[in-house]
Formats: sequence, structure tokens, C-alpha cells
Amino acid sequence: MTYALSLKDVHKSFGPAQIIRGVTLDVKAGERHAIIGPNGAGKSTLFHLISGRITPTSGSIALNGARIDGLKPFEISRRGLSRSFQVTNIFPRLSVYENLRCSVLWSLGYKYSFWRGIEGLRDVRERSEQLMEQIGLTSRRDEQAGTLTYAEQRALEIGIAIAGGADVILLDEPMAGMSHSETEHALALIRKVTEGKTLIMVEHDMSVVFNVADRISVLVYGQIIASDAPSAIRQNAAVREAYLGQAEGA
Amino acid sequence: MTSVSRALPWLLLAVLFALLPKVLTSNTAITMLSMMSIMIVFALSYNMLLGQTGLLSFGHAVYYGLAGFLAIHAMNYIVRNKLGIPLPFVPIIGGIGGLFFAFVFGWVSTKRAGTVFSMISLGLGELVAASSLILRGFFGGEEGITANRTKLPSFFGYKFGPQIEVYYLIAIWAFICIVLMYALTRTPFGRMCNAVRENPERAEFVGYSTQRVRFIAFCLSGFFAGVAGALAAINFEIMNAQSVGAAQSGSVLLMTYAGGAGYFFGPIIGAIIITYLQITLSDVTGAWMLYFGLLFILVVMFSPGGIAGWIMLHAPAARAGQLGRLAPSYALASIPMALSLFGAIMIIETAHHQLVKAASDGPAMHFFGLALNSNSVLTWAMAVGLFAAGVIGLRLVWPRISDAWGAVSLARPKGA
Repeated sequence: MTYALSLKDVHKSFGPAQIIRGVTLDVKAGERHAIIGPNGAGKSTLFHLISGRITPTSGSIALNGARIDGLKPFEISRRGLSRSFQVTNIFPRLSVYENLRCSVLWSLGYKYSFWRGIEGLRDVRERSEQLMEQIGLTSRRDEQAGTLTYAEQRALEIGIAIAGGADVILLDEPMAGMSHSETEHALALIRKVTEGKTLIMVEHDMSVVFNVADRISVLVYGQIIASDAPSAIRQNAAVREAYLGQAEGA
Repeated sequence: MTSVSRALPWLLLAVLFALLPKVLTSNTAITMLSMMSIMIVFALSYNMLLGQTGLLSFGHAVYYGLAGFLAIHAMNYIVRNKLGIPLPFVPIIGGIGGLFFAFVFGWVSTKRAGTVFSMISLGLGELVAASSLILRGFFGGEEGITANRTKLPSFFGYKFGPQIEVYYLIAIWAFICIVLMYALTRTPFGRMCNAVRENPERAEFVGYSTQRVRFIAFCLSGFFAGVAGALAAINFEIMNAQSVGAAQSGSVLLMTYAGGAGYFFGPIIGAIIITYLQITLSDVTGAWMLYFGLLFILVVMFSPGGIAGWIMLHAPAARAGQLGRLAPSYALASIPMALSLFGAIMIIETAHHQLVKAASDGPAMHFFGLALNSNSVLTWAMAVGLFAAGVIGLRLVWPRISDAWGAVSLARPKGA
């Protein structure tokens, strides 16, 4: 079976420190998969490995059956994997519209084109405006992205992540720092924009995780100690002992 | 925006290029206009790196200078071999030369951004500057290489002997280059340059190789710098080692930064002002380089967006019709500003006279028609006093400017 994303015995060390210690994980196409675990477990590092920000020390990572470990982020992005970051990562001095327009260009085939005007590209305009509508920022079209509220910037980053039409999307703590109402809004947005796509998210808010995920993997000290359906994870004694007991009680 | 309103600024620019020599008719003025036009192309090419892509180069004169040398060799080759290439096509040779050298050097330097890129550009600049005194065959040593533009085949009867004909040749090329460089900012590639400048990591995660974006921008910038270099070769009929040196690289950085790297028209303003000052100040004072250093420091400290940034700061107020509210406070501030400027210039000129000229010419000096003694306490006290009075006056007036801006902000409709 070809998985949307498949990690086999992935290790990552920084000097003597082993951060990821043999992670094996298969995510089916269309699955909503959450990765949870205590701080310092290596969740963000795992995302960095998958998205090409850093290369694994050993092991393999495959996207739709094709190896992507060792590739650069832009090569992985072109193969259909996109991501958001734990700390908001947008183009801060460009407008909302420009942020989205830059994010759709490659996928629409304009690449490094310097011989045609961008204003005349109807498909680029339509796709950017459609995305803006989807993430609810149409009224903020010409605002500098860096001046948006935190929740709006997070929404914009999700917009950037989905702009290229990637079918595997990684969201790193998309609800971090949000109020309850903002979280509900963001959750609805994520559900809407990732419809039919493979979603892998790191999140500390357990209500979100159990609400969204089809399957949950628990990462503790660089190893996955359990990977199962939410109900099974909730009952898993090892998970409760290592993480969930504290997280839910918190 | 209609196509007419889009075309209007370009039409005005073309008219300006065409009519300026009719208004400013002296030879000096036409020479200055020619230099300004060349420097506008050079500064805009530099801003493709600094303002558009976020690459701070300390060696941009390499592409300007090397292309200039190529152009001057090409002119001599055309004359020697009686080729049928007229002068107006020489800038294309310069552009291709600039592109070639940018391709070769950019292959190495654009692999990294930030400080590493800047240091490589500095190293390459020094390498070429040092080579210019060693490879005498190509660079002509300290004397440089000369050419005679009038010996090239005529172009519709024009031999380009008189400066006015050269001016129009330069102006047409400058106009074409300005339009092309502006058009480039309005392409998918131009937008991705901005994206790479803003956040290279995010640009990679939307599918772009930031290294490739930097490299293409560098090559295109080299092409336009090469055109500027060839225009300089045509204008001066000589190229020497200075044209590839650090001073030339520093000069284009100053033009771009002082003008405002954040706006397309910023380097145009910078090129015009700095070229004007370079030509006029060097005739007036021996300390002219010091003024450029001070200008650069003042812009960095007080207006990091350059002159264009300062102008655009007023755009929302102008749109809201509130500019008049700022005028009284600005008029008031202009008095202490002029005082401090006068005092600062007096300090510099007195110091320059005392340190450089007094030993041979004596302490008597002339400053704006005033007979002064650079060795006199009174002169120094007057200079320092004027400067201090100006600075204190500015500090006193500052709250008025601040209040005026506050009133403008309150009166402005949201979003204006």
C-alpha cells in the first residue's frame, strides 16, 4: 500500500544528542493525523525532517511512495507537501493579497517568469482571491501582513500552506496562543481548507486533537510510543502515564 | 487604473528626458544630465539586488566597470576592423558583458545570502580592483583605455561628437532601462524577489529555490549595470581602474540607500542628488567626500527609508488633504535646521582649511563670502555656536512637528 507519508526508522542527532530515535510512521491519504507529546519530545524536529528543513541522520521518508529525505524544502514543496510553522512564518511586509499571490505562483506554473506581467495573470488573481475568501481575510486584502492580529496571521499562514494545492499539509501548533473563540474559528477554518487532503498536525490543545484527528501518534523522547485511533489513545496506559494524564489534567 | 493613467508617468518621464536639455542648455548641465542618466540606470540595477531581493552588495561596480571596459574595447575593435556597428548598439555589448560577469561571479556569490553574500561581493570587488592594475592589456593600467566614439559608423547621420547627441543616446537607453526594470518588478519573478527579501525560508516552502531567485536577480542586475557601464564608456570615451573600484561600489550604494531602496523611484532621486553633489561639491570644497559620509550616516540614523521613504511617509496625509497641517511646523523647523547645517558646514570647512591648507596658504579663508580666520577662536566659537543653536532649536521645535503629525493622524479617515 502506498501511504501519503511514510517514515521508516528515522533518526536525527545533533552532535551527541539524539532528538529523533527511530520513528516509523505511516499516514494514509486523506487521513487527519495528530502528533502529540510533551515539550521537547521532538515534534517540531520531526516536522522539520519531513519538510526538508533539516536532513535525517538515518532512515527514510517517502511522500506518496517517493523518497524525499535529503531533498530541499522547495523540492519537497513541489512534490505536494506544505507546512505551517510553530512561530508564524509569513511575508510580513507584503500585503495579504501579495502573500497569497506569491504562494500560488509556482503551482500555477509561473515559476521564474520575468517576461510577463503579474497583473494580467487571471488564474493567479482568481486563485489568490479565492484563498483570501476561504481564510476570511478579503477585507484585509491590502493590509501589510505583519500588521494583522495574531489570529489573522495564523489564518494567513494556513492560507499560504494550502495555496500551492499540496495534498499533504503539516500544521505545527496552529492553535498556539489563541483564545477559545479564536481556536474554534481556526479549527473550523482548518477543517474547511484541508477537506480531502492529508493533514498532519502537532497540537497541544487536546480538545482540538481529539476533535480533529482520525489517528493520533504519541511522541515521547524522540520515539513514537503509540499510534492509534483517538479513543484507543485515550485508554492507552503508557500514553496516560507518559503524557496524556498530565496534558488533560492541565 | 486605466492604461492611459498607467502610461502617463512614463510619458512625462520621456518628455522630461527630451526637454531638459532645452531648458538647461549649458555644456556643464548637459554633461551633468548625461551622468545623472547613467547613474540612474546603475543605481536602479543595484536596487534590483538591495531593495528588491535584499542582497547588500559591496562590489556592484565590478559589473559596471568590466562592462565599461568591454564596451570601450568593442568600440576600438569596431573602428579597427571597420565593422558596421554604430554607437547606439554598444550598450547592448556592455549589457551582455555585465550579464556574463554577473553569471560567473553570481554563480559563486548567490549561493548564500546575508552577510556571507556581502563579504563575497566585497572580496570579488577587491579582486577585480586589484586585477585592474595588474592586467594592463585589458584595463590599461592607471591611464585606462580610451576610445573615440566619433570614429564608429554613423547612425542616421549622427556621429555623436557633440555632447547633446550623446545625451540623447544615453537618455533613450536610460528610459528603456528604467521601463524594463520597472516592468520586471511587476512580473512573477519580481514578486518572488520581494518574497525572498522578506522571508527566504517561507519562499522555499512555497516552491521557490531562493538561490535560483537570487542568481537570476543578480544576472539581470549585472546586465543593467553593464548597460550603465557601456553608457559611461561612450560618455567619457575612457575607462580606468576607478570604475571597478570600491569607491564606485560605495557611490552606488550611497545613491540607492540615500534615495530610498524601498521604492522604485528612490534610487532615481538618489542618483540625481548624489551625482549633482559629486560634480558640484568637488569644485567647491576639498572635503567633499566627508559630506557624503555624513549624508549617509544622517540618512541611516534619521530616515532609514531614504528620501523616497520620507516622501512616501507623507502620502497618506496628502491623500487625506492634511498636508497643509504639517507645513507650519516644517517651516518653523527649517530655520534651526538651516542654522545647524550652516554651522556644521562652517566647522568642517574651518577644520579642513586649518588642517590641510593653513600651512601653505595661511589661516585666512573665505566661507560663503565671509572673510574668516581658521586659527581664530571667534571663528570656531561662531561655527560651534551656530551648530549648537540649530540643534537646540530643532529640539525645541520637534514637539510642534510631533503634535502636527498627531493632529494629522487623528483627522485622517481610517485606511487613508
